[in-house]
Amino acid sequence: MVNLPDEVGDPTKGMTSIVKTIVRFVLGIVIMFGAYIVLYGHLTPGGGFAGGVILACGYITLTLAFGRELALRKMGDTAASILDNSGALAFLVIGFLGFTGGYFFLNFIDHGQTFRLFSAGIIPLCNIAIAFKVTSSLFAIFMALSIFGRFMSRLVEEEE
Amino acid sequence: MQGYYPLFTAIPLAATFIGLLLSKIGKRMADVVAFLATAILAVMSVLMLFESPFMYKVGGWLPPWGIMLAFDGLSAVLLVVINVISFLAIIFSLKYMTTYTAKPKYYGLFLLMIAGMNGVVITGDLFNLYVFLEIASIASYALVGFGCEREELEASFKYLILGGIASTAVLFGIAFLYSITGSLNMPDVAQQLELVGITRAVAFVIALFIMGFGLKASAVPFHAWLPDAHPSAPAPISAMLSGVLIKALGVYAIMRMMFHVIGRNELVASIMMFLGALSMVVAGLLAIGQDDFKRMLAYSSISQMGYVLIGLGLALNPNVATTVAALALIGAIFHLVNHAVFKSLLFLCSGSVEYRTGTRDLGKLGGLIRKMPVTGATCSIGSLAIAGIPPFNGFWSKLIIIIALIQGGYMIYGTIAVVVGFLTLVYFIKLQREALFGPLPEKLEGVREAPFAMTLPLVILAALCVALGIAYPLVDRQLLYAAQEAILDKVAFMNLLMGG
Repeated sequence: MVNLPDEVGDPTKGMTSIVKTIVRFVLGIVIMFGAYIVLYGHLTPGGGFAGGVILACGYITLTLAFGRELALRKMGDTAASILDNSGALAFLVIGFLGFTGGYFFLNFIDHGQTFRLFSAGIIPLCNIAIAFKVTSSLFAIFMALSIFGRFMSRLVEEEE
Repeated sequence: MQGYYPLFTAIPLAATFIGLLLSKIGKRMADVVAFLATAILAVMSVLMLFESPFMYKVGGWLPPWGIMLAFDGLSAVLLVVINVISFLAIIFSLKYMTTYTAKPKYYGLFLLMIAGMNGVVITGDLFNLYVFLEIASIASYALVGFGCEREELEASFKYLILGGIASTAVLFGIAFLYSITGSLNMPDVAQQLELVGITRAVAFVIALFIMGFGLKASAVPFHAWLPDAHPSAPAPISAMLSGVLIKALGVYAIMRMMFHVIGRNELVASIMMFLGALSMVVAGLLAIGQDDFKRMLAYSSISQMGYVLIGLGLALNPNVATTVAALALIGAIFHLVNHAVFKSLLFLCSGSVEYRTGTRDLGKLGGLIRKMPVTGATCSIGSLAIAGIPPFNGFWSKLIIIIALIQGGYMIYGTIAVVVGFLTLVYFIKLQREALFGPLPEKLEGVREAPFAMTLPLVILAALCVALGIAYPLVDRQLLYAAQEAILDKVAFMNLLMGG
């Protein structure tokens, strides 16, 4: 069960306590599954994007159940932006490192033994970089839409 | 330089993310990063002019399985246009964009757009082309709506919808080509198509490409988004969109597909010539009635792209003598380069006028040449160049296109091209009279010349207008002849596959 701060129990924020309790149980599993999809991307179906989407879904579940404030405390907009840019930059750096072998995006690391976790050269590293980028981008988009949605509904209320 | 070819997309992408990260540390960091990145790209693009055609294997994967980057004369011309104009637009932005908030985000989007355009130009892979097309397009949708005013958002939304339709058409076309040939590598697809010939499926692909790329190039039946989108964007972006984007995503892609992948074809040739003539006339007539500085320039862009399309159409016709086709092609490519120079100059001029006066309405402007001599003089040079007055660059390119049309036996199209040249002169004289000459309104008494960072790109571009016009025979030999040889020869492009 995921340990969340006390004020999370505040019944005025987020959904009912049934949902909150279930999210406490599920959240850890969702994030673990996302990490698994990312790390085993080169061996099984999935990869950086798919795993990143699952990780972002974890954050979105948290937001839906406990309200926006808590989710923003876990990953604020500045943090999301930094993570987003560094993920993309890391991916590009891996590409640049290929120049050491003569080609952009050359798989320069030893490919290892097939079907082992530590194999396939740069591909797992690329997956991890992409996962950071996708998680933070999707979370940022979700937050932007939710803030925009509230702004619009306030605008409609004022007009009424 | 061959080994560093992928840097044309990697540098702007890296600069996007580094700029956004560093902007958290210092306010001016994003400016510095964008300036440095575009300066390096501009220098690299000029150096690329001296390279001979080659192929680059990304990640060392062999074609046709891996992604291939192709370089030839056509890529060289487009790379110079994109990177030099974007460098000048960035210099202009340093001061101009202080009137907007969120400058780092602006530079981020700008650099993403450059990455996309460079990617479209350097790639030799069909799906890769689509991906870069989307990167550039999506960045441009956001940049059009950057001001976040009601009209800008509306224009951006309209552009997004129509651009989305165009991208879908392109993607469908690529999917069909893949189903026909089983390959995405452009030279490989070209080889396969030689065996297949123009079947009904290939004809459908051509239709999809003309619609998709035609919409990006804003040829007349597909032009509805441009007169809203280009004026709504901040001035340096308008200059990039009109000067570079419609050429890189639209005209260049059409050229690459029609000349190199599908091959020259009479039906396509006549369609392109018709679209070109239609664009020239319709947009030329619409431009005369405009009262908004930038909107008039936007219509003029559509009209001028008509010249490029009509020249390309003539060159695409396999039944026309090779000398005439080559002449038409030289005219089209030279006009493409020229239009990039004088249209970005004119849009930047409109930007510096708006920066000082706060309006783009021609009815409220007047007599500015006395208050803003540099902007006024460069704007006049740009107008004369685009109207085709000798010795400026526009005169030569239009002349070559008209001569090629008449030599090819297209008297009516030739006459239309001459008449539209006159129309262009008419609306640019209107622009000159209402904005630069005539009485100065009282409100504008206190107007000063734009700051140095904004006038410098204007002066450089105006000098280019004159230099390209005067040095035409030199430019012809060096630059355009290479592009013409590379383009008309489909076999040379297919051989890139073996050569790399």
